[in-house]
Amino acid sequence: MSTLAHAQRPGDSSPFRFPFWWFWPIAIAGLTWFDDGFAATPPPAPTVAANPYERTTPAEPRHALDRAVFAQLAKLGIEPAHECSDAVYVRRIHLDLIGTLPTAAETRQFLQETHPDKRATLVDRLLARDEFTDTWTNKWSDLLRVKAEFPINLWPIAAQAYHRWIYTAVRDNLPYDRFARTLLTANGSNFRDGPVNFYRAMQSKETDGVALSVALTFMGARAEKWTTVERANLGVFFSALTRKGTGEWKEEIVTFDPDKLPAATRVTFPDGQPGQIEPGRDPRVVFADWLIRPENPWFTRAIANRVWSWFFGRGIVHEADDLRADNPPANPELLAILERELVAAHYDLRKFFRVIVTSTTYQLSSLARSELPAAEANFACYPLRRLDAEILIDALNQITGTTEKYTSAIPEPFTFIPEDQRSIALPDGSITSAFLETFGRPGRDTGLEGERNNRITAPQRLHLLNSTHVRKKIEQGPKIQVILRSRSGPREIVDTLYYTILSRPPTESERAALAVHARSPGMDPRTVAQDLAWALVNSAEFLHRH
Amino acid sequence: MSLHHSVDPRLWNLEQELRLFALDDPRLTRRAALRLGLMGGAGTLLAHSSLARAAAKLPLAPVVAPPAKAKSVIQIWLWGGPCHLDTFDPKPSAGSDYTGPLNTAIKTNVDGMQIGELLPLLAKQADKYALIRSMSHGSNAHETAAYTVQTGRASGGRDVFPGVGAVVSLFKGYDAGYKGLLPPYVVLTELQGRFSESGFLGPRYKPFATGGDPGAARFVVEGVVAPGLNEERQKARRELLHQLNTLERATAKGDPRLAAFGQCEADAYEMILGDAGKVFELSQEKDNVRDDYGRNTFGQSCLMARRLVERGVPYVTINYKGWDTHKQHFQIMRRKLPELDRGVAALLQDLKAHGLLENTVVWVGGEFGRTPKVLWEAPWNGGRGHYGKVFSALVAGGGFKGGHVVGSSDARGEEVAERPVHPCDLIGSMYEQLGIDPEARLPHPEGLDVRAIPTVAADVQRGGRLNEIM
Repeated sequence: MSTLAHAQRPGDSSPFRFPFWWFWPIAIAGLTWFDDGFAATPPPAPTVAANPYERTTPAEPRHALDRAVFAQLAKLGIEPAHECSDAVYVRRIHLDLIGTLPTAAETRQFLQETHPDKRATLVDRLLARDEFTDTWTNKWSDLLRVKAEFPINLWPIAAQAYHRWIYTAVRDNLPYDRFARTLLTANGSNFRDGPVNFYRAMQSKETDGVALSVALTFMGARAEKWTTVERANLGVFFSALTRKGTGEWKEEIVTFDPDKLPAATRVTFPDGQPGQIEPGRDPRVVFADWLIRPENPWFTRAIANRVWSWFFGRGIVHEADDLRADNPPANPELLAILERELVAAHYDLRKFFRVIVTSTTYQLSSLARSELPAAEANFACYPLRRLDAEILIDALNQITGTTEKYTSAIPEPFTFIPEDQRSIALPDGSITSAFLETFGRPGRDTGLEGERNNRITAPQRLHLLNSTHVRKKIEQGPKIQVILRSRSGPREIVDTLYYTILSRPPTESERAALAVHARSPGMDPRTVAQDLAWALVNSAEFLHRH
Repeated sequence: MSLHHSVDPRLWNLEQELRLFALDDPRLTRRAALRLGLMGGAGTLLAHSSLARAAAKLPLAPVVAPPAKAKSVIQIWLWGGPCHLDTFDPKPSAGSDYTGPLNTAIKTNVDGMQIGELLPLLAKQADKYALIRSMSHGSNAHETAAYTVQTGRASGGRDVFPGVGAVVSLFKGYDAGYKGLLPPYVVLTELQGRFSESGFLGPRYKPFATGGDPGAARFVVEGVVAPGLNEERQKARRELLHQLNTLERATAKGDPRLAAFGQCEADAYEMILGDAGKVFELSQEKDNVRDDYGRNTFGQSCLMARRLVERGVPYVTINYKGWDTHKQHFQIMRRKLPELDRGVAALLQDLKAHGLLENTVVWVGGEFGRTPKVLWEAPWNGGRGHYGKVFSALVAGGGFKGGHVVGSSDARGEEVAERPVHPCDLIGSMYEQLGIDPEARLPHPEGLDVRAIPTVAADVQRGGRLNEIM
């Protein structure tokens, strides 16, 4: 291995080097891909600095929130991870913000950009993408339980109306306080007025059941753990809610019925403050107006903590929807800063996301420098998380140029599911596939954050490693065929596969390992490239957000 | 290496596990603690952590599990709802508006026990099974009825409860020291859909769906059998995968998730390359055995189920679709019932011959029965609708006595006449046969006190334990 064979790759602080022997000879019919003489040279020993994931210098705090995180880490004697490389960032920010893998071209372009603000600029581009709307509509649809079928039983038309309203709210960036208020105070037909489905998307439609759902959704609280009196006090605000059938099959009008109000109009808010409901006034409105004030002890805190958990895998209060006095935040200062940011942004969640994903804390590498889990609980590194079921299947389809079939167990004659349907854009939890079910897509039964379970199981691994479903995509997918048939030569093919699947160029030792594989019996260039695509898809690096 | 390693709690979110297993709760049963001990090999863990403090608060009297008679369950799920009158509860004297053309009942090898005329092979096996003719829940919608029959719960609460298979895989699977190489809960061949089998227990207790078709020339089990990839190639690919694990190598401090990830891979390859996957090779069975079961998807699924329980798999579901016969009911019965008859009869005989029937519960049934009165009018033109008021189920083996009939319906199969049996009665009785305490606590995500079947305090309809056949 001679040093003159190394080439420097632009666009990142990590030095990527490529041995010259890999370049040559180019595959010509009858020749192997690899010069056996060169390939017989043992692969170079990997050096510590040569990983494609992190920068070599320690990270520096940028925002106020970073200072809160770093101060706590210093106090606890936890060394934070280094900042992640550009290659990691471009992949991470795509997956986190738009639930979509960057294409090879997008990745290459980003890595070549040189201006210092390129990460923030990329964030702004992604916040404006359609997939941003799809991804976050999907997230809200989990929490708000958009599902036509058992056990939520919204019915397809209502699920579509509900989803459409959420989609529009996310797309138009409806401030979160208004988003919550609209859902809480909605009146009308479940088929025509999307948000009324909030009150239908719960298994128990008794007053107490409604109170539990409201507390969970907008206060991040498990009212199951409250006293009976506290629960009953909350229930009063929903006791005048009615649902009336119409002549239309499964249509319901959700509204409030003044006659159902108890004579006593005194109420007690969850913070213990007394209140009054004027005659004829919908108590849900009184509740909503109490809830969305910035000084409310639950509202801002709950959403700030939730959003943090969406980007860091766990809330500052853990679990993210279990706020209570005896479950204190890991870093109170950090949570307070986030709450202030959110109020200052007038509950504009895009703005709030932007603050978080441009922070140093978010840009830390996933390579912990301190022992987990203390490091992770204090956000000293970015946590490895298996890709969500929807993101994973969409990514496999994007890489290979293939599609999936989605079906619903109930007949949905008016639901058109196009051939190229992306799973992050599925409107209804009842429209699904065996893959989504196997990989832990939430059932949308309860609205708990914990319903999404990304813990890897052996059957999932089996499916990815060896199923005909995934093999067909890799071996026959049209997009991967284009890469494999490329005339640009094996070096470029390998590069493109790496950029397409792992969003980075290969390292020196990876090329060497591939050269060894290429020499095993019965290999031809096409098989080698196919095996490479298979191995990359099955790597921990592909299957996790990192 | 086997699948039971795949979710070692030491490798995962211990805190979550503990909460799941209610170890922060003083009401925890001793058995749950023992189970956790088994799970983590965690004697030392118990001694040195907050677990010890939690364990110290345990009630002194251990909850005693009933002695286990059965090791496995084969659930033959007749998705759509089979008609009780045409199968296990014939009413030949109810008149043709009820019987349609299937107006004869046939004798079985048990005196006084008769079944539908399209089940002659099962008639010769009646000494092996019991019929419950008074199943009831009153629900006429597929999803709520299927949920109730398989969870023992009414729908509509806040929770989605796990089905029987998930509960059995909780108490008889990896957490209970199951060391099989095959997943503890297997479904042939597709997930049921409509409701999540594992409910709040989560994906860990979801069944492994085989995909493929056992009735095809080669049963291509999704993930296990990969046509066109020989062993050598599989090994070479795996080696490449290990060489390219750059992220794992860079993670100097180790990450428990990557450890769990690696373990899952080892377990998966046990199925791909090890002996575990060979169980799916139906060609290892003699031709005449395969013929006995019927050379069709259902028949070969029954044979497959026997091979799985033979290797210790605690729960196998055969998801047998096509029983929702609103139209063309009798034509479909003439096609499907002989298939059912042959498959189940062969299964019972074969389990017996292998000495497996004593410790294998065979449960055959759907989510409800069908309207006893034939719908002759348009648009049904001789179909039958959904009927949850009364329907039948067959149970055999695993300690249940054969040759018995439990309960009855009225003369036209429209109401329960005697001894109502609700789904939780049947489920609780099966749990007992398996050595699972029906009052055993389930790990609820919010730490609520929920039991394997609803407690007596819960307002659930019940008819009681199936004493008649236990």
